[in-house]
Amino acid sequence: MKKSLFFGTLTAAGMVAGFAAAGTLEDVVARGELNCGVNTGLVGFAAPDANGNWSGFDVAICKAVAAAVLGDPNKVKYVPTSGQTRFTALASSEIDVLARNSTWTFTRDVDLKLDFVGVNYYDGQGFMVPKALGVSSAKELDGATICIQTGTTTELNLADFFKANNMTYSPIAIDSNAEGEQQYLAGACDAYTTDASGLAATRAAFATPSDHIILPEIISKEPLGPLVRHGDNQWGDIVRWTLNALIAAEEYGITSANLEELSKGSSNPEIDRLLGTSGDLGPMFGLDNLWAKRAIAASGNYGEIFAATIGESTPIGLARGLNAQWTQGGLLYTPPFR
Amino acid sequence: MAEHHTAAFVRTEILPEQAPPVSEAGIIRWMRENLFSGPLNTVLTFVGLFIIYFVLKEYSPWLRHSVWNAGSVGECRDIVTAKYGEGATGACWAIIRDRWNMFMFGFYPRELYWRPTLALGLLIFAAAPVLFSESRLIRMWVLGVVSVFLMVAFPGLDVPNGDTALLAVVLVGMLALAWMRPWSLLWLTAVYPGLAVWMLWGGSAWGPTLAMAGFVIGWLAWLATRSFGTILSVGAAVLAPVLWWLFGMAPVQALLDASLPAAIEGVRSEKFGGFVLAVTIGVAGIVLSLPMGVVLALARRSDMFLIKGLAVGFIEFIRGVPLISLLFVASLLLNYFLPPGTNFDIILRVIIMVTMFAAAYIAEVVRGGLAALPRGQYEAADSLGLDYWKAQRLIILPQALKISIPGIVSTFIGLFKDTTLVVFVGLLDPLKGITDSVRASFEWKGAYWEPYIFVGCIFFIFNFSMSRYSMYLERRLQRDHE
Amino acid sequence: MAIATEPPKQGFRLSQLLYDTRYRSMTIQVVVMMMFMAFAAWLVDNTITNLAARGKDFNFGFLSVRSGYDIGQRLIAYDSDSTHARAMLVGLLNTLLVSFLGCLLAVAVGVTVGILRLSKNWLVARLMTIYVEVFRNVPVLLWILIFLAVLTEAAPLPNAFKEGGSASMLLFDSIAVTNRYTAVPDPLFSRSLGNIDIGIFLISSDLMALIAVVVAGWYARRLVLRRATAVQNATGERPVTWWKSVALLTLPAVLTLWALGFHLGYPSLQGFNFTGGINVSNAFMALWLALSLYTGAFIAEIVRAGVMAISNGQTEAAYALGLRPGRTMNLVILPQALRVIIPPLISQFLNLTKNSSLAIATGYLDLRGTLGGITLNQTGRELESVLLMMLIYLVLSLMISGVMNIYNASVKLKER
Repeated sequence: MKKSLFFGTLTAAGMVAGFAAAGTLEDVVARGELNCGVNTGLVGFAAPDANGNWSGFDVAICKAVAAAVLGDPNKVKYVPTSGQTRFTALASSEIDVLARNSTWTFTRDVDLKLDFVGVNYYDGQGFMVPKALGVSSAKELDGATICIQTGTTTELNLADFFKANNMTYSPIAIDSNAEGEQQYLAGACDAYTTDASGLAATRAAFATPSDHIILPEIISKEPLGPLVRHGDNQWGDIVRWTLNALIAAEEYGITSANLEELSKGSSNPEIDRLLGTSGDLGPMFGLDNLWAKRAIAASGNYGEIFAATIGESTPIGLARGLNAQWTQGGLLYTPPFR
Repeated sequence: MAEHHTAAFVRTEILPEQAPPVSEAGIIRWMRENLFSGPLNTVLTFVGLFIIYFVLKEYSPWLRHSVWNAGSVGECRDIVTAKYGEGATGACWAIIRDRWNMFMFGFYPRELYWRPTLALGLLIFAAAPVLFSESRLIRMWVLGVVSVFLMVAFPGLDVPNGDTALLAVVLVGMLALAWMRPWSLLWLTAVYPGLAVWMLWGGSAWGPTLAMAGFVIGWLAWLATRSFGTILSVGAAVLAPVLWWLFGMAPVQALLDASLPAAIEGVRSEKFGGFVLAVTIGVAGIVLSLPMGVVLALARRSDMFLIKGLAVGFIEFIRGVPLISLLFVASLLLNYFLPPGTNFDIILRVIIMVTMFAAAYIAEVVRGGLAALPRGQYEAADSLGLDYWKAQRLIILPQALKISIPGIVSTFIGLFKDTTLVVFVGLLDPLKGITDSVRASFEWKGAYWEPYIFVGCIFFIFNFSMSRYSMYLERRLQRDHE
Repeated sequence: MAIATEPPKQGFRLSQLLYDTRYRSMTIQVVVMMMFMAFAAWLVDNTITNLAARGKDFNFGFLSVRSGYDIGQRLIAYDSDSTHARAMLVGLLNTLLVSFLGCLLAVAVGVTVGILRLSKNWLVARLMTIYVEVFRNVPVLLWILIFLAVLTEAAPLPNAFKEGGSASMLLFDSIAVTNRYTAVPDPLFSRSLGNIDIGIFLISSDLMALIAVVVAGWYARRLVLRRATAVQNATGERPVTWWKSVALLTLPAVLTLWALGFHLGYPSLQGFNFTGGINVSNAFMALWLALSLYTGAFIAEIVRAGVMAISNGQTEAAYALGLRPGRTMNLVILPQALRVIIPPLISQFLNLTKNSSLAIATGYLDLRGTLGGITLNQTGRELESVLLMMLIYLVLSLMISGVMNIYNASVKLKER
């Protein structure tokens, strides 16, 4: 049932678009764009440039999903969400998918009624301190003032870590990475804590990154991944397998360079199924057969995205580490496409 | 006897005026009277002088060393160091220059900047018959300045196929109208809301047109049912447009869009930012909250218990919670309260909340105005045999609103200032949203004061002129001769 | 109105509901009520449907769950093992603290500036005008951000206060403004009475004793004054009371403080940070100063308008009666000016309290920061959290306006 609601005198064309539909997929297709929740600004993961064009590691997921579902990676409406507003934005249907370095935890998955569809970055919480502080381990941070983003798992991990080590700290709650950066650089806190990847991204943006060190302790497991609302399995499957397609593409050696060539047919039946040359995986969840090809074409396979946004050649300079393919000793391991 | 009287000496001519003592004249006297009239005043003067000295000493070098042309904060610092030596500080206004467009338009598409600019210019024209109706001099000055501004701004804004000439013709035409028949500009005022929405958001022209047509439908319904009595006709005039908006409009629009497409490039709400966003929300809130506030005030003074109770409940509820929590309701909870799947524009939601917030305050201000009217005015209206609405419209409200002007305008100023809070629901307000976004870039990291000062100055100019205008209005409407 | 003729007897017609003024208001009210109830039912129904669709329920059980997060500044004992309800209480107390201190400072600033603006001193009056206009016409959020930036950017690091460091403490080495916090002396009692545990949190008996003594002194002073008036009425001569008033107001408090062994714990630099005093976070300081100075500008205008509203004739009349300027102010001008000043002052207090929710910009964890922020986010109970938060703010506002209205009624013009 589609019913548009117009709200009184304030209503005007283009301002109101209301639809009631059974599934998120239908909503997205009817709307013609994907509402994707992203970070308000974390260089490398999701940040707008001066013209409002978003780019980054998480943004690539949004693009891939939009390409798979709508056929155009640019049909995405990026909704900047803070640590505090992200889950409510998702729960309240304001966004269709949340790709905002969010940690997969039991309570979020079960109690918040959200569905994590996979992991796109294996992370852990770390600390960054100025070199001048002369601290080389997180265990030496007793009594320190620590800047921390509110509404994140890091807040809870931090409380647990200090409690477990019988140390005290005074938290300074901040709302966004930009604020944290400002407070940290101004010396308002001794240490800044967030996911190690976020620390690297933040440090890379400093005027003199070498004045700051990231402490060796990783105090938590932070599997970061995109998530959707609980209860719409079809939509969850689409996002999950789009992510898997990107990861699988790297494993099978599909890159944006050889994508066209491989989609004409290859010797590997798995690649054929993935790119829609054979089989009919796409129609099983309501898309056409070329969905994965479009998703990969959007910004390349997982490895290409990683390298272009946060990899070692970028200012952020993250090594693949845990995020290498299982064949390379990492944790990325997609279920087979069959 | 008299003739024998010999006066010792009588001066025959008047002495020339002498200069007053030095201490009683000119600047010295002024200083004695105004600055050093007593020990307390003397102390205060020196404290004041010290404050001025301190502020100048601390900040004037920073301002004097301003840099206007640079590509990044680092470059700014280098320039200051090179010019004024090591350790000198200087303001880096280059950030404003470099990101001027973002502060003004947010992420609004660059090639469409002319649309919000023109919408703002037309706003002044549309407001002219209402705001500057009495003095032709002031009106022409204001409109002239706006026209010149538009003509200067337009060539730089990538207007399609050089329509600057067309704009010039239109502006001259409207200026002529404003000169000769200012009231005819009321037509522009009437269609402006639809026009502005269309220009800002783009899309099909039929949407705003048909939405505005709802008012015409309401008016027609009122005309048609007038003979059945006030209550029925008012009911019809409210019901008909609501039905039209809810059910009639969408199919008609679909039909018209299919047969007579009249669309310009659409701009989505999340592209709005900076002062375009602040002014959009501010103006919409101001325009909508005044009527709503007046209705609420009348309802609160109503004899009908239930109506009064509802009005009191609404007003006290809205005034009792912070605006920011209402904005959270708009962004987080609205989807719980509306039918499943309904989703409507975040700017529209914010406008509704801001409007309700300001309306509750205006209702209280107007209620004060109504209460201040002498009872005789009500009784006089009754004795003339006017019904409730006529009495309100012709006698009570004009006077009550006149008394309430200062309060209403300060509510508007508050509303405009509160538009900065939209940053907390993810919109790019000029103060924090845009500033944070600009500072997130590599080049402008570390520029804290300049954006704040710049944005603060613009808000100050807007609000200060609003408060001065309210003083002018008060004087203009002064009818008693004191 | 007396009606001369008996109205023609008629049965009730349906149209009377609309056209007969006796019934019309009833009709309108019933229709409006029905519409309102339908609207409310629609909202509730939608909410239930939506909650069901998301598999959620509406319950406040999450408040008794372990919160798991820490709060930097708190007035009562709290750690990450406490419940969300307690976190909410900590936030509420933080809101109350900043609102209360903000109102105090705002009134102090407002009254001073309002009176200085009326001063004959040209320079000072102009300076005050600039202050008022600049603060009134710029969003309060900007002031909060600027104060925060001033404190974090311009204030020195704590370790700059070391021997030979670049910074020095204020007010005889008792206050240190650093870029993290402002260290202020801590009031300590060496012969403390201990704390009273009322179940939810501890209340300092010392503070209670002090308040009780001061209130008692105040009451005693009123008795003295009343007696003086009675004597004056009887004999025409008013006994001298001022030294009694001063003694009653100050002596008991001083004695109590002495008895409790009151002294100040001065902050001193130990390692990285100051200890020994109270470290007030910059988030709080920025919010407090910004809210106070912003609201102070409005209060200044209210005070100025209030004083100007009292016509000169009142002063002249008081002088003609032979009252000295001080008594003129106390007995003639102030009572009348207060009547003009109090109602708008109440709404300024309300505004300040509500604006304290802008703590969101500084990271000061007030009610919005705890219940409407971290708790909401960690538990995902946005509906319950936001509604509860709004309810608390609403009750707070109604209480403030209630208390102030009582005061307002007591100074109201008694018309006969």
